[in-house]
Amino acid sequence: MPIFSPTEIAKDKVEAVQDYSLLAGRSLTNVFGHPRYFADTLLQADSIGVGSLPIVILTGFFTGAVLALQTSSTLQQFGSLSLTGKLVSLSMVRELGPVLTGLMVAGRNSSGMASELGSMKVTEQIDAMRAMGVDPSKKLVTPRVVASMVMLFFLSIISNLVGLTGGFVISYLLLGLDPNQYWTTAYQALRFGDVFMGLCKPVFFGFIISSIGCYYGLSAKGGTQGVGRATTQAVVAASVLILVSDFFITRLLMGIFQY
Amino acid sequence: MSSLAPPAEQRQPTATSKADTAIRFENVEIAFEHQVLEGISFRLPYGETKILMGEAGTGKTLVLKLALGLLKPDAGRITVLGEEITQMREEDLFALRRKIGMVFQESALFDSLTVEENVAYRLMEETGRLTDEIHGRVLEALRFVELEHTVDLFPSELSGGMRRRVAIARAIITQPEVILYDSPTGGLDPVTSDTIIELIVKQRDVYGTSSLLVTSRLQDAFTMASHCFDQKQNKMVPVTDGGIRDLHTKFLMLRGGQIIFEGTAADLLRSNDPYIREYLS
Repeated sequence: MPIFSPTEIAKDKVEAVQDYSLLAGRSLTNVFGHPRYFADTLLQADSIGVGSLPIVILTGFFTGAVLALQTSSTLQQFGSLSLTGKLVSLSMVRELGPVLTGLMVAGRNSSGMASELGSMKVTEQIDAMRAMGVDPSKKLVTPRVVASMVMLFFLSIISNLVGLTGGFVISYLLLGLDPNQYWTTAYQALRFGDVFMGLCKPVFFGFIISSIGCYYGLSAKGGTQGVGRATTQAVVAASVLILVSDFFITRLLMGIFQY
Repeated sequence: MSSLAPPAEQRQPTATSKADTAIRFENVEIAFEHQVLEGISFRLPYGETKILMGEAGTGKTLVLKLALGLLKPDAGRITVLGEEITQMREEDLFALRRKIGMVFQESALFDSLTVEENVAYRLMEETGRLTDEIHGRVLEALRFVELEHTVDLFPSELSGGMRRRVAIARAIITQPEVILYDSPTGGLDPVTSDTIIELIVKQRDVYGTSSLLVTSRLQDAFTMASHCFDQKQNKMVPVTDGGIRDLHTKFLMLRGGQIIFEGTAADLLRSNDPYIREYLS
């Protein structure tokens, strides 16, 4: 078994961070340069947005439902069952909607991007693209990053709405709450800061999902085994980064909106 | 095929490449885990074909990737079409690469695109869509490689030899000044290999394109050095004028990261170097 030098490992990690940062930066600056690939962006938006809709709806609905179910017993002890709508609303909009949507899309699309680009890399299609004078970061990465950021924003809104509906179904059918009361408390609980937080996070998560997926795909090596490894790493890294960045974004926005 | 490129005698370097050399390597070095290329120097004049030979792992493909700017050397200078690419930014290299054609070892066709979209890829980048004019040029390029009927097929539906021919069509469609061939006959049967070599000879003799060709097959290399393309018969024929006719084809041999031979086929056969004698035997 070969002995790895700690210095070499550290160098590799620093180089990986540097490569990722350069790719992520370029994916954003490419938006302001030419050529722009609108058709590819639309295609990706369809694949990421419309393609992820079923899992986002299912996840959102059952998350909202289980949230209402779990919290109802505690709220009932304090005689505050009427606050179920408020609790579901705040939890979904501020936290669970964006994070769970991000995690589901990461599982579906980070892996897809890593495997697609990884296959292209190991079969020299990326080199062929560069050889023909086409910038892979403009042609492949930027459309995916832009599409992910835009679509995750809308997917989170749908997830929030479906989650609130899931909470309502439980509140109405099992807990016997008045529909008007549920929706009124759910609506009135939200402040500008909550909505801003809920809409700001998915944009960041979309960026993380796509840039990580593309980075691992473009750095894949070692044939089909390497592509498989890149796919797994992309999902793990994107999921962990979503949760870590969620904490920091939440802390930052809580500071800004003085919670 | 007339619109693809002018005849060999009319072909001149463009304004951007006034020098007489298409590609020049000067003391180029590159290392990965170990030193692969150790100060190699050579020049490829316009209209000439250089056949790069050597054992597996001696860095032949690396030379092509360096010439295309896909990799940067650790030391030395590389000049392509009159521009030094060693220090060039990736963004600037894209423009230069559009003047160079490359045929990859495993074809590297885009597997999610049809043959037509693959061949038209560069042209579609400029227009953003497949126009009638581009369609016409694609058919012309595919006619050159005798694969006009495959226009709507996907690469996975083609044989290995057909994929190489489509890769050649993709490389020549923009009338490149230089074409780089990376083992274009590797892994193919002798009959298909002959077809591919005939296409390369046709490109060399009819359009006078400069090219750098990597191969491990001696038979292919010597066929190129001893045959020319007869446009009247529309096929490759052996040179029968006692070797007087210059086919603009020379050999380079790599060993241990260095060039150990540069010259014509006749020079190669006359070489007394024990390694070359063993390689040729």
